[in-house]
Parts: sequence; structure tokens; C-alpha cells
Amino acid sequence: MSAGLLTVSPSPHIHSELTVPQIMRAVIIAMVPAFLLAIYNFGLGAVYLTALSVFFCVAIEYLIARYLLNKSASIYDGSAVITGVLLAFNVPSNLPWYIILIGSMVSIGIGKMSFGGLGNNPFNPALVGRVFLLLSFPVQMTSWPIAKATLSLDAITSATPLGIFKEGLRAGESVQALMTKMPSYADFFFGTQSGSLGEMSTFALLIGLAYMLYKKIITWHIPVSMLVTVFVITGIFWLIDPSKYATPLFHILTGGVMLGAVFMATDYVTSPFTHRGMLIFGFGIGLLTVLIRLFGSYPEGVSFAILIMNAVVPFINRFAKEPRYGAKRAKDKELETVMH
Amino acid sequence: MSLHKHKTFSIGGVHPDENKLSAHTPITPLELPKMVIIPITQHIGAPAKIIVQRGDAVKAGQIIATHEGFVSSNIHSSVSGKVGIIEEVMDSTGFKHTAISIRVKGDEWVENIDRTDTLIEEVALSPKEIVARIMESGVVGMGGAAFPSHVKLSVPEGKHVDHLIINGVECEPFLTADHRLMVEKPKEIIVGVKILMKALGVDKAIIGIEDNKADAIEIFENLLVTEPGISVEALEVQYPQGGEKQLIQALLNREVPSGGLPSDVGVIVHNVGTTYAIYQAVQKNIPLVERVVTVTGKSVKQPSNFLVRIGTPVIDVLIAAGGVPEDTGKIVSGGPMMGKAIADLDVPVAKGTSGILLIPKEDSMREEVYNCVHCGKCIEACPMGLEPYRLLLLAKKGNHSRAKEEHIIDCIECGSCSFVCPSNRPILDYIRLGKTQLKKQKKP
Repeated sequence: MSAGLLTVSPSPHIHSELTVPQIMRAVIIAMVPAFLLAIYNFGLGAVYLTALSVFFCVAIEYLIARYLLNKSASIYDGSAVITGVLLAFNVPSNLPWYIILIGSMVSIGIGKMSFGGLGNNPFNPALVGRVFLLLSFPVQMTSWPIAKATLSLDAITSATPLGIFKEGLRAGESVQALMTKMPSYADFFFGTQSGSLGEMSTFALLIGLAYMLYKKIITWHIPVSMLVTVFVITGIFWLIDPSKYATPLFHILTGGVMLGAVFMATDYVTSPFTHRGMLIFGFGIGLLTVLIRLFGSYPEGVSFAILIMNAVVPFINRFAKEPRYGAKRAKDKELETVMH
Repeated sequence: MSLHKHKTFSIGGVHPDENKLSAHTPITPLELPKMVIIPITQHIGAPAKIIVQRGDAVKAGQIIATHEGFVSSNIHSSVSGKVGIIEEVMDSTGFKHTAISIRVKGDEWVENIDRTDTLIEEVALSPKEIVARIMESGVVGMGGAAFPSHVKLSVPEGKHVDHLIINGVECEPFLTADHRLMVEKPKEIIVGVKILMKALGVDKAIIGIEDNKADAIEIFENLLVTEPGISVEALEVQYPQGGEKQLIQALLNREVPSGGLPSDVGVIVHNVGTTYAIYQAVQKNIPLVERVVTVTGKSVKQPSNFLVRIGTPVIDVLIAAGGVPEDTGKIVSGGPMMGKAIADLDVPVAKGTSGILLIPKEDSMREEVYNCVHCGKCIEACPMGLEPYRLLLLAKKGNHSRAKEEHIIDCIECGSCSFVCPSNRPILDYIRLGKTQLKKQKKP
């Protein structure tokens, strides 16, 4: 009896089910609720823009991998699809096609492939593209169509609640007066404010978060640390002067905080390796977001906060280590020898 | 089942599918093979020195190679017959080692060996005599590492041991050899524990068993009611619960210092299979010439637990389990997490062979490798709290001093990092390389 040629390789001989393409697929599934809500709010425009963005991102990655780097196409891992969806999630739903093309080129071409593709980029590619667009096309990037649920007329554009808030404060209005112009917290939670395509609904994003946690794609550390930080710091300011600062709940529910906490800051490649590192990372993003929102010139700061913290990740990785087996004991021993 | 959560180790760990296909298959003695091939290196330490010649008639239980120095082990003939050719053969490590082949004739044993099933509870020998008998009988660790047991029992001066831990965890998926032994020979194992306690002069022993072996736990709980010093502890199913360092931490919350031994924290750990072999050696004068081997795999016709004479070629064991399935792509000596793939079927069963695992073709090749996506799962999984991704990079670059600072030597090679890596990166392969090169560098 013969078994033919046997494979000989070092252990382990089994592998867990989870592989990179499966992870990417799970993340895409997690983005579905937010996407459905975008369709509900903005109609087919949301589908059109997201499809364009995904197509451009995948195509650009394919062309660069194939013809510039002479590597086999790396598009099948699904990461370019995620970048495409996230880029669309981070822009107004009525953005012209050529702007999203430029955004895709910057995201994939500069943000990802110039560093060597998946796993090598220091900055979140979708955010690199988004911020590039924000600086290059400030008008188009800051006029959001109003969500259908709040206004059933033809699409009119408006600033986001955060933008209205900041302008109002500058004009000398009080927080109380401004809040009366705002949709209710329930509207914020379920996603009928105006804003970027994917950041509308805290509720839809939380479903995505729950799915990723359940599938063990990500851990709770970054989202919780970031959200708690935003809540606590804005809460402190609100307690100090409620006529000048909005409630912490307002800050959690509006703008890109939830989208950032769930999908942008949790990007594996550009976030720290260890749980301790993730907690520091989330704290840093939360802190910077609040500082930009309260004292910066932009009404919203999540994108900048994440990109800045992306740059700090290598340092966090260097120092935020998990407890090592035997380390505690070794320290005790050192202490013992010192004392005797 | 009680709601009480069982103990487990606190850092890292993974949960591969258990696949204990042969958990309820009783141990059956394997038919005597026509020939055995007995390597003289079946243990950690110096190879044994051959004292027989081609043509010599030997009996089962007779010493055919003696230990060279203290960290070494005697080798006995596992069968009666005639010594054949003595040459280098490839064993389960993949390296060539000298081995003695013996053509089997009858089954005649050395006279003073007690082959009956009578349980002898009274431990007559003194601690020194126990260690000497264990050394004489060629007992080595049967959990896989095959470290000579008498060395473990000789605790260095100045170290105080207060606990004996018996490792009945068997955390490797598929393997059931220890499980069956605990179910079928619990009384012998308990006497073995008492022998070890006497040899070490300790009054506390804990048998650690993963809670997927409820029958074994119950048997010991019942038998140990009348044994005040010995207890059994159920442990959560989590790999590598049976790692010596992890088991000590789970049971006693003590951590073995980096580069240290369990005796540094007052503990000695022995595997249940070893404990049974020690009972056999001390009470029945039977040297280590046979062991329980699990033959298993998803396509194996009859997943089994066999009592196999040392030196039996793997092929003979496989035939007894229904033959080699058509779709076999890889054969592993040991479990799927830490076992070694063997290249051909003539490799002999050794003292450390706990199982033979047949892996179908579609599962025997590694999947496509992607770039590291920084998911951190290897760090979450590492039971030593290391950063496997970083060790891979450092080993790849040949940066051994940095790898040393990152405690590459602490790696227990459990394979959890490679198991979880969603990019299928060969993390452990590179860590092994790094460790080997670091050790080489140290030598003058």
C-alpha cells in the first residue's frame, strides 16, 4: 500500500477558518445597513456614487498592480472594494463623477499602492482620498443633500448639523436656540440628518459594529475608547458651560464620529496591533476630534484625527505591549534581588 | 454540567476544532509486527550506546542500547527475536538516526517482568530507588517532547518543589491516547502519581484534565475521594492548555520565568502517559517498550487507539486502522498543531509518538499568503504574550539581537500564531529559523 507522494511541511497542519478575503467580505456585509439607509435617504444617487467609487478603486488598483508594479492583481482580497465603499461613505451623495474618480485615484494610487499595497499603507486610504477632496473641492464636499425623510421636496443642499452649529456659535447664537433648529436625537440616531452618504445613521452603523464584533473581525477596544473619549470630554465642556457647548450625546450622534469609530479607525492596517495600543489610539482620535470640533476652524475633525493618529501608530506599536508570560515574575525576582 | 467556569491560562490561546474522533474507542493491543526498527535517539539528550550486534537473539524488555551520560535514556527491545541490520533510518523528526532492526520471533519477555494485570498499590522502593528504576526502564516524557523522566525527578539542590502536576490535558485536536489511558487505567495512574510524589517528596498533586473529557474527570473524582493529597482539576478547552507553562499558570497561577524551569516555581509536571509508564516500570518492572498511539483523521476508516510496541513501522499501525485512505495528502506524527509531517510510511513509532494523523489532500497544502494586514490576531493568540508578527520580520531580516530583546527564545512553538493568521503567513517557520540562528550565534 502506498499513499503516493506525501506533503511534508512544518506544524501547524491546520488553520483557522478566517482568511483575509473572508474578513474583507465580513466588513463589506457590515457596511450593508448603513448603505441601505443611504439608499433610503438619498435614493439611487447613493447607489450610483458608491458603485462608481468601488469601480474606480478596484480598476485603479488592478491597473497599478498589473502595469506599474508588474505584480499579479491584488484586487481579489476585497480590500479595494472596502476602500471604494468607505470613500463613498465619506462624501456627499451628489458628488460629481470626476471628483470621486480623483478621490479614488488619490485613495488607491497615493494612499495605498505607492506604499506597496495592502498592509503597507500608513494612512487609511479612504481618508487620504477624502481629505484630499475636502481641501481641493471645498464647495462640492461641504454641500450635502438633505435627507429625504426630513424633507420630501426636491433635493436641496444644506450644511450638516455640526456645520450649522459651528456657524451659529460664531454668529453669537446660544446653544439652546441652535438646538431648536436641529432634528431630534431620534432622527440623529436613526439617520435622517444631512451629511455624508454613510455617516447618517448611528443605528445602522451600530448594527455593522455588532456584526463585526460577533464575527470576531474587530475587538471593542478602538470604537469604545474613541466614543467614550468623545463623550467624556465633550461632557466636561458641556457641564462647564451648557450655553456654549453642545451635549455629549449631540457630539456622539452627529457627524462622522460613529462612521469613524466603526469603520475608519478600526482599519487593521492603519491601527495598532495590541489591545493596549488600540485603547491609546482610540483615545487619541477622540481627543483630537473634540479639539478640532470645539476649537478648530472645521466643524468636523474625525478624518483629521484618524489620519494624525495613523501617523502615531508605529510608536504606539513600539511601546504598547501586551503582558508577557513570566514578565511579572521576572520583575518580582529583580525586586527580590534588589531588596536582599 | 456545572455553571462554574473552569480554570484556564490567562494569556492568548486559540480554539481549533476538537475532532476527538476516537474518544470512545477502547485501547486495543496491535498485532505484533514482523519487524521493528528501534532508533537509539528517541529522547532529548545524547543517543544511547548500542550493546547488541547483528544476529544476537533478544527478548522483549531487554536493554539493547544504554544511556550515555545523565541526560539520555536506555533503549529496550520491544519484541523478542533476532537483531538485524543496524543502520541510519529516517525517523519522525525527518532526520536520519541510527536504529536497530529486530526480526520478530514469538513474544518472549525477560524473566523478572510482571506482565499480569494485577494492580500493585504498595510503593516499596525508596525515592532514590524509584529514580534509578525509572532511569533503568528508559522512561521519557510521552507527551511529545520525550525528555528523560529521571532527569526531571532529580531536582537541583536549593530548589524546593511543593506541587506535582499531572498533565492529562491532551489539548491537541484529534489525539485521544491520554484520554483513553485515563479512562481505562486510572488506578494504575494514581499509583504512578503516588510513586512520583514519593520520589519528589511532595504531598500535593493535581491532575489537570480539559473538560471535554468528562468521563475521565468523573472517574478520577470518584477514585480520589480517599486520596487527600491528590486532586483532579477540570480545565477549559483552550489550546495550548497542555503547554507546561500554561498548565502551571492555569492551575497554580505561577509563571515560570523566562528561560527557567517549572522547578523554579516549585512545580514538576509529568504527562499521564508517562505516569502510567512509571507505574509499569516501578511496580511491574516493565521498561518503556510500548505506548498508546491514536490513529486518526477525517477519512480514516476506523479511528483507533492502539497499544503499539516501540519501533513498529507506521504502515503496520495504519493497516490496522483500515488502511491509508485514497485522499491522504499528509501524514503527521503527533497532533495537528505541533506534530511532524513524515515523508514515508516506514518511519517507526517512537516513545514520543502520541498519534498518527492522516490529513486529506485538500487540507494538506497551505493557502495563499497575503501581506500582513496588522490585524493583531497573532498577538491575541500567543500564549507567551509575544508579538509573533514582529518576530517573523526580525527573523526574516536576520536581526537576531532585536529578536532576542523581543524574547524570541520564550516561544514554545505551539503554532497558535500561524493557526490564526488570516494572511496565512508562515510565522512559526520564521520564528523557528530565528531561534535556531540565535542559538548558533551564541555558540563560539
